Amino acid sequence: MKPILLIALCVLSFGSSFAKDAAPLADDPVIEQRLISISEEMRCLVCQNESLAGSRSDLANDLRREIRTLIKEGKSDDQIRSFMVERYGDFVLYRPPVKPITWLLWIGPFIILLIGIAGLLTYLRRRNNAVSIITLSDDDNKRIDALLNNKSGKGAL
Amino acid sequence: MKVKFLLPLLLFIVLVIFLAIGLNRDPQEVPSPLINKPAPAFEIPQLSETNQSFSPASMKGQVWILNVWASWCVACREEHPVLVELAKSKAAPIIGLDYKDKREDALAMLATQGNPYLLSAFDSNGRVGIDYGVYGVPETYVIDKAGVIRFKHIGPITMNILNQKIYPLISELQKS
Repeated sequence: MKPILLIALCVLSFGSSFAKDAAPLADDPVIEQRLISISEEMRCLVCQNESLAGSRSDLANDLRREIRTLIKEGKSDDQIRSFMVERYGDFVLYRPPVKPITWLLWIGPFIILLIGIAGLLTYLRRRNNAVSIITLSDDDNKRIDALLNNKSGKGAL
Repeated sequence: MKVKFLLPLLLFIVLVIFLAIGLNRDPQEVPSPLINKPAPAFEIPQLSETNQSFSPASMKGQVWILNVWASWCVACREEHPVLVELAKSKAAPIIGLDYKDKREDALAMLATQGNPYLLSAFDSNGRVGIDYGVYGVPETYVIDKAGVIRFKHIGPITMNILNQKIYPLISELQKS
């Protein structure tokens, strides 16, 4: 009986040590929803390929806690965003704001697209012009007819 | 006609240049928006004198260095001898910000490895760290006489950085 008790005790103590690691849930689902919608748009600075909402790093935990407090204080989403940008720079935002330094980033792809379209059009136009118009003589026409007849004859085979 | 054949090669060279620049930059190093902004104010207890607090306002009028460290941070141990060297030079006072640490661990580390800090502020929950945009310890700030952040370095300071950036900057800031 005793070993079973011991095993049960071990299992139970394991359970409690894991339970300790669970992230604290906010009591208010509305706050939690806003937290997720804000932090999904933000980069975790420690593991840069993860969003702040998805990261399990210590800093992300702290920042989520901070955002939660800001929401409870009644700050708007924009205020919370600027709170983060003041500290970590535009880098935290997955969607960089449109300003002179990011103009190239936002407009660049369209400029490249325009250059591509212009290049394609000039190429096509030049290729059209390169095709020279050849006038066929009667002899040529006869030869062509002969060849075509020959071919259709072959096709009948 | 020859230019046409060279075009792919030229494009390739441009691509290689872009990749080379990209690879040689540290993606962990995010430019701080705090440069040339006043150092955020705070008032928290000191590490060793628990009943005394530290506030950046008390450093007004001198050039000083804020170094974010922790006993659990391996890179900080690597950096520590450089900080001791910096303290010996007496170029500027170094204030430590002990980030999310255990008091006894932090004091033990300073006892064994030497204490380069004039004092350390004890940021137990990392709240001050958030205001300073700390995301990877160690981080080092050079703050001028007016309390404006002039330089930030993320990651351990090396003798190279000390000699090439921090010492010249301090002596320049001392003059003004």
